[in-house]
Amino acid sequence: MKTPIQFRLNGEGVATFVEGGANLLDTLRESVGDTSVKGGCWQGTCGTCTVLIDGMPRLSCVTLAEGCAGRSIESVAGLRRGAELHPLQSAFMERFAAQCGYCTPGMLMAAKALLDKNPNPTRENVVDAICGNICRCTGYEPIINAVLDAARSDGLRRA
Amino acid sequence: MTVTVKTFARLADAAGALSQERGARFLAGGTLVMRAVNEADPAIETIVRSTDPSFVHIGLSSGRVELGAGVTMAAILAERELTFLHPVARAVGGPAVREAATVGGNLFAPSPYGDFATALLALDATVTLAGGVGQRETPLDEFLGRRERGNALVSSVAFKRPAADALRFLKVTRVHPKGVSVLSIAAQLPFASGRVAGARIAYGAMGQSPLRAKAAERALEGRALDAAGIAPALAVAADGTSPTDDAIASAWWRREILPVHLRRLLLGAGHA
Repeated sequence: MKTPIQFRLNGEGVATFVEGGANLLDTLRESVGDTSVKGGCWQGTCGTCTVLIDGMPRLSCVTLAEGCAGRSIESVAGLRRGAELHPLQSAFMERFAAQCGYCTPGMLMAAKALLDKNPNPTRENVVDAICGNICRCTGYEPIINAVLDAARSDGLRRA
Repeated sequence: MTVTVKTFARLADAAGALSQERGARFLAGGTLVMRAVNEADPAIETIVRSTDPSFVHIGLSSGRVELGAGVTMAAILAERELTFLHPVARAVGGPAVREAATVGGNLFAPSPYGDFATALLALDATVTLAGGVGQRETPLDEFLGRRERGNALVSSVAFKRPAADALRFLKVTRVHPKGVSVLSIAAQLPFASGRVAGARIAYGAMGQSPLRAKAAERALEGRALDAAGIAPALAVAADGTSPTDDAIASAWWRREILPVHLRRLLLGAGHA
């Protein structure tokens, strides 16, 4: 039996139906059509499915979709404003922080959760913020540097 | 696979539903149960949830701490009165996991997971189980010994607040800064006249569930925390443990390195 749920996704109201036990990742991708959220492990291990729920980072693959009724969800699709990329997205490009790109949506959201709370993070803060997100390409250093660059950018203050 | 989701306003009602259905599992943060649901675990037919406010309540009063089983690692890290638990909560996954992972869920985490439960064991915590006919309290070590049997709903855990700096914790991982435990050690080390008096030491990933290091505790009693004083405890550090081989480490390796890390924990800053 499907259950109707409503929530906000990147500021817009969404109404959909979910199967019992459906996770938020599959719901966003298959029912809502937001394929910016990527699935890696469906075990809560890799972090690529990270979204923000009420501003806090959550692994959408192990989040019960029904439990998100009435909540506010942010995915990487909501990062840019029109044609203008979010400072994190610009910094990831400039710092070559994405190679295969599969971890990137989760990395960006994990980093956004940090910068929303702490706009002047230390390197240690950044390492902790992304420590639940696995990247098998970059060796993490370009990602850490990109997040620190984004924090220092004028764009972050406007975003 | 579709499962039925049942949400209850009261924990007692959720406990009732859990006890009546063989295929029911309680969902707290989701890091264990949703993983099993995603893998289409046929043993899960119903997900039981509760929105009871007591489930996420942190109670701090007169030297006693009570944590609702739904309190997350992130909530613990946000509570200044629980700074002695911050290193433990911070050791559980990355920020997204810490937003979801709960105190109660950690009690059911299979080895090598369950680092928070290891610390609770060192704190001599008790577990309150919710039931349709009321609540009952049981020592954590008894609970962990039979957690695989039955379908209990943990409503909260409670323990006496430790003396300042009395709780020590370390987690050994291969991946840094965060990884699954090779092993973890938590120790509550009260002192009397400069000697250990009533130590409680617990290991994670050294058995099917977190367990007490009773031989090491006895060997530490009345001793000073210096190299000579802890030597007898190190000699019996692995007594009573039964680690398993897994992808993180072999049982042999875990036994080999246990005394090394127990030594580091006991000789750590503050009481050396």
